[in-house]
Amino acid sequence: MGKTLFEKIWDAHVVVGKESGPSLIYIDRHLVHEVTSPQAFDGLRMNNRKVRRPDLTIATMDHNVPTTDRGLPILDQTSSIQIQTLEKNCQDFGIKLFDINSPNQGIVHVIGPQLGITLPGSTIVCGDSHTSTHGAFGALAFGIGTSEVEHVLASQTLWLEKPKPFEIRVEGKRKNPHAVTAKDIVLSIIKNIGTGGGTGTVIEYRGEGIEDLSMEQRMTVCNMSIEAGARAGLIAPDEKTYEYLRGRQYTPKNYESLVEYWQDNLKSDDDAKFEKQFTLHIDDIAPQVSWGTNPGMTCDVTETVPTPDEFSKGDSNQKKGAEKALDYMDLKPGTPIEEIKIDRVFIGSCTNARLEDLIEASKIIKRQKVSPEVRAMVVPGSQMVKKQAEEMGLDKIFINANFEWREAGCSMCLGMNPDILSPGERCASTSNRNFEGRQGTGGRTHLVSPVMAAAAAINGHFVDVRTMDLS
Amino acid sequence: MEPFKKTTSIVTPLDKVNVDTDQIVPKQFLKLVQKSGFGKFLFFNWRYDENEHPKSDFVLNDSKYDNSKILVAGDNFGCGSSREHAVWALQDYGFSVIIAPSFADIFFSNCFKNGILPISLDQSIVEKLQQESEPIEVDLENQIIKTSSDEIPFEIDSHKKKILLEGLDDIAQTYQFEDKISEFEKQSTVPSVL
Repeated sequence: MGKTLFEKIWDAHVVVGKESGPSLIYIDRHLVHEVTSPQAFDGLRMNNRKVRRPDLTIATMDHNVPTTDRGLPILDQTSSIQIQTLEKNCQDFGIKLFDINSPNQGIVHVIGPQLGITLPGSTIVCGDSHTSTHGAFGALAFGIGTSEVEHVLASQTLWLEKPKPFEIRVEGKRKNPHAVTAKDIVLSIIKNIGTGGGTGTVIEYRGEGIEDLSMEQRMTVCNMSIEAGARAGLIAPDEKTYEYLRGRQYTPKNYESLVEYWQDNLKSDDDAKFEKQFTLHIDDIAPQVSWGTNPGMTCDVTETVPTPDEFSKGDSNQKKGAEKALDYMDLKPGTPIEEIKIDRVFIGSCTNARLEDLIEASKIIKRQKVSPEVRAMVVPGSQMVKKQAEEMGLDKIFINANFEWREAGCSMCLGMNPDILSPGERCASTSNRNFEGRQGTGGRTHLVSPVMAAAAAINGHFVDVRTMDLS
Repeated sequence: MEPFKKTTSIVTPLDKVNVDTDQIVPKQFLKLVQKSGFGKFLFFNWRYDENEHPKSDFVLNDSKYDNSKILVAGDNFGCGSSREHAVWALQDYGFSVIIAPSFADIFFSNCFKNGILPISLDQSIVEKLQQESEPIEVDLENQIIKTSSDEIPFEIDSHKKKILLEGLDDIAQTYQFEDKISEFEKQSTVPSVL
């Protein structure tokens, strides 16, 4: 019987396989950041262990870095210690670090592909759940905890139970691909299968709707696989994939011969068997807006906030969850989404802060100003994205419209740095999680695409971007 | 790691589904560079009001549960961020067993690295356990939960069971396969980053 792409990558990385229980899997790329690594390096020191493969390990600082002037000292003492700790750990253990002043600094899931570190067919881990982003290149990429970070540093391997392959087909063509984006595709998927729908699986996204996406859009889809509960999400590489990685700073020297191998090997066989399947038809999908406190609590921009009964479809626990979410979000069922007023806009995060995201968002603005009621912020995903955007003049478009134009980092996606919501503030955010307090204690997050966020910034409330001219 | 064999205590019922790791430990507490001391941040935003006074309606603030070692929660527990700080907080607070209908993958595997036993049981059994007012016994060796009226068997992967029972150091285990790892590296076609 044929194999899925995931199974092919898995099988090619088994160091020790067992009949049952976990297998020892080799890790080709390990990405490290300041928040989930200090305790792992400490563990190595305590046991007098070394980093086995510093040459397969790359570090950057992204989670808690300020996004204001890089020339200023970091005021938050604990953040500063965490950053210094990473510097020292990288120095002591011989790991390449893109520090806060490096032109390559940025969100780890933005810089990996941008630098050609992410490769098709490879295994990639990072102490961050959104590592699934790299799956857009046909890599098996997933988030791990700090103990596993230590394990990979020490042995370049991990003990893993084999997840089950889950096929998600995205069929059809979007009528207006500038208004209905990759973010809307992935939010629609999560809305349908639920936040636990992918638990224990690796998703392979397939079909015309996926093939049509650019690499950056594919990253948005794979990024949010974790929000569907999946360990990883991946997409078979094609010419777009190979072209994207060609000639980047760390693209391997023997790249073309690797491409030849990948072309022959990195796809699911026709007779491969998936344990689970779901199909989304995208011809008529609308821009999505989350209304609740998990990414499955999402609806079309043209809909109204659902009642807990409508949302839960008879599940009493889900109903309780929806009641609590509406209370936290201070929303009444029946309220049209387009009438929800916002206080803040955040365009950023490993989901939606790449160059294309910023280009698309800038098209909405067109010499208009951010609503006087709204404070809006753009945080490019990496310093390189920022530089490219500035070369195109995008910074001026945003700044002239009264957006704040920041340095790169995770920023208000998780609010570990000073970029946070105040209690009760409502934010249209291009990030990935609308959990309670995620962007600041008491803050209320609505997940949307970059174009939807930009349109909300201008109008002060959500609007259906399909009604706007996006040429 | 401390071995885990058996524990007896009353259960703390947490009647919520999709409890994410942002709720278990909010992000403002992720800046510590050590593993200890996270218990005081557990469920911080649910436990305390804006003036950091305990909220009387949250279960952990009911003194009856002060010595509980067993948390019984709703479906998809531990979803979201990979932060192991969530497990460190639960452990530091005093929990050594978490029972739920299902767990998020990364959280589930983080538990075993820290001597916490996560147990998945049917929704109906979980709901019954949440009502249990008498202490229950969780026996890992025999894979059984004993309540005042019932004996409930549970499943666990044998490798994971061994790790908990013996408190094994994962990395030392893996080093036994050093020759296999070296052999794998010799035939690997994936180039170094640098």
